[in-house]
Amino acid sequence: MEKIPILKMGRFLLVTVQVDMHDQLALQLQDDLTARIVAARARGVLIDISSLEVVDSFIGRMISNIAAMAKVLDAETVVVGIQPAVAITLVELGLSLEGVRTALNVDRGMALLQERLADEQR
Amino acid sequence: MPAAGQTLRKILAQNQKELLADWVQAQSSGTSLRADLMKEAELREQSREFLALMQAATDSGSLTQIDGSHWSAAREFLARVSRSRAQQGFSPSETATFVFSLKQPLFTRLRGEFGQDAQGLAEEVWLTTELIDRLGLFTAETFVKSREEIIQRQQREMMELSTPVVQLWENILALPVIGTLDSERTQVVMESLLQKIVDTGAAIAIIDITGVPTVDTLVAQHLLKTVAAARLMGADCIISGIRPQIAQTIVHLGVNLSEVTTKASLADAFSVALKRTQAKLPQQLGAA
Repeated sequence: MEKIPILKMGRFLLVTVQVDMHDQLALQLQDDLTARIVAARARGVLIDISSLEVVDSFIGRMISNIAAMAKVLDAETVVVGIQPAVAITLVELGLSLEGVRTALNVDRGMALLQERLADEQR
Repeated sequence: MPAAGQTLRKILAQNQKELLADWVQAQSSGTSLRADLMKEAELREQSREFLALMQAATDSGSLTQIDGSHWSAAREFLARVSRSRAQQGFSPSETATFVFSLKQPLFTRLRGEFGQDAQGLAEEVWLTTELIDRLGLFTAETFVKSREEIIQRQQREMMELSTPVVQLWENILALPVIGTLDSERTQVVMESLLQKIVDTGAAIAIIDITGVPTVDTLVAQHLLKTVAAARLMGADCIISGIRPQIAQTIVHLGVNLSEVTTKASLADAFSVALKRTQAKLPQQLGAA
């Protein structure tokens, strides 16, 4: 069964969605990720969806949910690499991912997470 | 008694000069000549060319089927005339009168030819009327078509003109919106803004609505949608250029813009953007 890999980078987890996300896969990711945040004591999660070309309301909501769950586990979620067409679709669906931080690419997303960690340690 | 159409052909072939003189005279005295738009010499030249083409067409072709190949040169000529008149600003009836005004001189000549033969005259007049009407309608149709083309082209140009996304600074984009934001334009604006964010990696987009005449709930909703989409791409939006009246309208309508940074002028928005990019992304600025 296919699975979305979760990579650990320091205190952060990196999730790269490289296949078309179907519902089962999204649910699986939700399980895996929450388990992994706890196991790795991660402080931040970076979800890269730059190769995602199609989204529906379910996937949009899953992304929101994952972010909210990570927040409960004290890990900031940044979603990066949203394609213009995907952004327009999400807005038209009324899902503007309130409460989720977004960045243009992995670089920017990483900078956001590190900034937050640095703020806390100060 | 000559065959139907024979007399018309004869008149066109033999009396072309007088016919032309009468026709031009009729057009100049009538309302169809717009002296402000067109010189009489040009009108005479057009009339002469059309008469010659008409003679050639009637000579070899049918008098009723103007879609045939015999009439193609005359049709092309008429299309050219009506297109140029559409561009010059003639009205549709003025353009159609160019053809219709040929009736009177033609009928006068036909009457002369037939004399007392009322039946023959009636038949020939009917034939001529039908022919001229078809040509006139064809002219009017082409006129309308070319006007539509002009309108479509202008619409397209306006669409392209009105949605430029400009880069003001490293990581800062500006989007001056001119004109009313309807759904179609919002779509174009959104797409070009998001694409530009991808291309330039901008972190802040300033949407300047100085050129938006009125803001109603729909326009506000479109603006908020654009802001939300840009945020999903990781870019913050600042809305600037809000005129006093528009600020009042927004509050009266109960539109909630509290989630978005708003500034009165583009200059204010730009200075905020500069501060923010430097505070937030010093490494990117330094690297570039």
